[in-house]
Amino acid sequence: MEKISVKTPLTLETVKMLKVGDQVLITGVIYTARDAAHMRLVEAINRGEDLPVNLENQIIYYVGPAPAKPGQVIGSAGPTTSYRMDTLTIPLFKKGLRGMIGKGSRSQVVVEGMKKYGAVYFAAIGGAGALIANSVVASKVVAYEDLGAEAIHELTVVDFPAIVVVDVEGNDLYQLERRKYQTIILD
Amino acid sequence: MRIIEVSTITQSVKQMCIEANLNLASDVTKALQTYEMTEESPIGKQILKDLLTNVKIAKEKQVPICQDTGMAVFFVEIGQEVHFDGGYIEDAINEGVRQGYLEGFLRKSIVADPLRRVNTKDNTPAIVHYQMVLGDQVKITFAPKGFGSENMSRSKMLVPSEGRKGVVDFVLETVSLAGPNPCPPIVIGVGIGGTLEKAAIIAKKATAREIGLVNQDPYYEFLEKELLEKVNGLGIGPQGLGGTTTALAVHVETFATHIAGLPVVVNINCHAARHMTVIL
Repeated sequence: MEKISVKTPLTLETVKMLKVGDQVLITGVIYTARDAAHMRLVEAINRGEDLPVNLENQIIYYVGPAPAKPGQVIGSAGPTTSYRMDTLTIPLFKKGLRGMIGKGSRSQVVVEGMKKYGAVYFAAIGGAGALIANSVVASKVVAYEDLGAEAIHELTVVDFPAIVVVDVEGNDLYQLERRKYQTIILD
Repeated sequence: MRIIEVSTITQSVKQMCIEANLNLASDVTKALQTYEMTEESPIGKQILKDLLTNVKIAKEKQVPICQDTGMAVFFVEIGQEVHFDGGYIEDAINEGVRQGYLEGFLRKSIVADPLRRVNTKDNTPAIVHYQMVLGDQVKITFAPKGFGSENMSRSKMLVPSEGRKGVVDFVLETVSLAGPNPCPPIVIGVGIGGTLEKAAIIAKKATAREIGLVNQDPYYEFLEKELLEKVNGLGIGPQGLGGTTTALAVHVETFATHIAGLPVVVNINCHAARHMTVIL
């Protein structure tokens, strides 16, 4: 299957073009954030403060990288499980977030939010941290440095491999593909 | 009596932390290769190929297979004729973890307190399960545990009448609910019997068993086979994107239990099922 090149910032137009099952190669700047950073971002929004990064048309990658060895840009950097960010995602859509990279299922609330605000959810291969790190060419901490691996990093990526698992229409690749191979049905 | 300097323990632990996180154990690599050949889903097959490429890159570059280098879990069997000299064994283990995670550029993923959540910055403390055994040797198994899969694990106190079917149903329900989240293909540890905590500990131990080794009791070896076949019929597949490879192995461990009870724990491990054992 031919892979689709996706550039960041991610426009609503591009988001609408991406369909579930599309294999993409992402190039540009993306931001890392996982549990602790999400909690801080949402607290800041609730207090009416400006966010440390402008999320308009941006992609957040759910990752806490391993430390870089000397000479490396970043350590192993595969996705973490996304559902833990589900209750903290809608406020970020309201700030313009267009895409998320993670792994695993999303809640119905997030999927509805994606449809409403116009966002796409990509999966990267969980546990392929050494492979994925190859597509990261630059990394710097831009917020919450005290959180260490959980700080918000600005990553510059070239041909970062991912797959559209939930598109802007709410189609879910996990459910669609699982059905094809399921032979054991639970009571 | 045999005297073991605890500094030896620190050294071994440090080496294991680095080695196990950078070089995937050969039994797990072999299992991934085997299933790559039989996987029916094209996406699933490609993912298994990518996982094997990842294992190769990690080995060549000497970087972690996965950024989640886990909470450091140890099973330590101590021969009762051993005397430790030079300090407290648990301090020695934690010192090994500290050195290994710092010098190996492994991620520090531990918070000192579950609610106040401040990172300890050296991946300590470790979880250590001790067992006294006969003899004068010390056997240490290291199994770093990532939490994508740990979070998908479950326990249930079944009633005795639910029996074998109750166990099978609970395992299938747990894996099905976990879906793509624990990084399939997974390794499943099932602990049956004992008490609540005993079932959990033997389930954890089961996840660290070498793939290919089966339960020594033919009754449970058969249960392992049946569970693996059924789990792989759930269709979840590699990374949950559909396929015939949801699990690489199901390992069952059991213990005697009470007339009123049937505890079951399903502990899920990801495809980076890291484990390593040394004997001192």
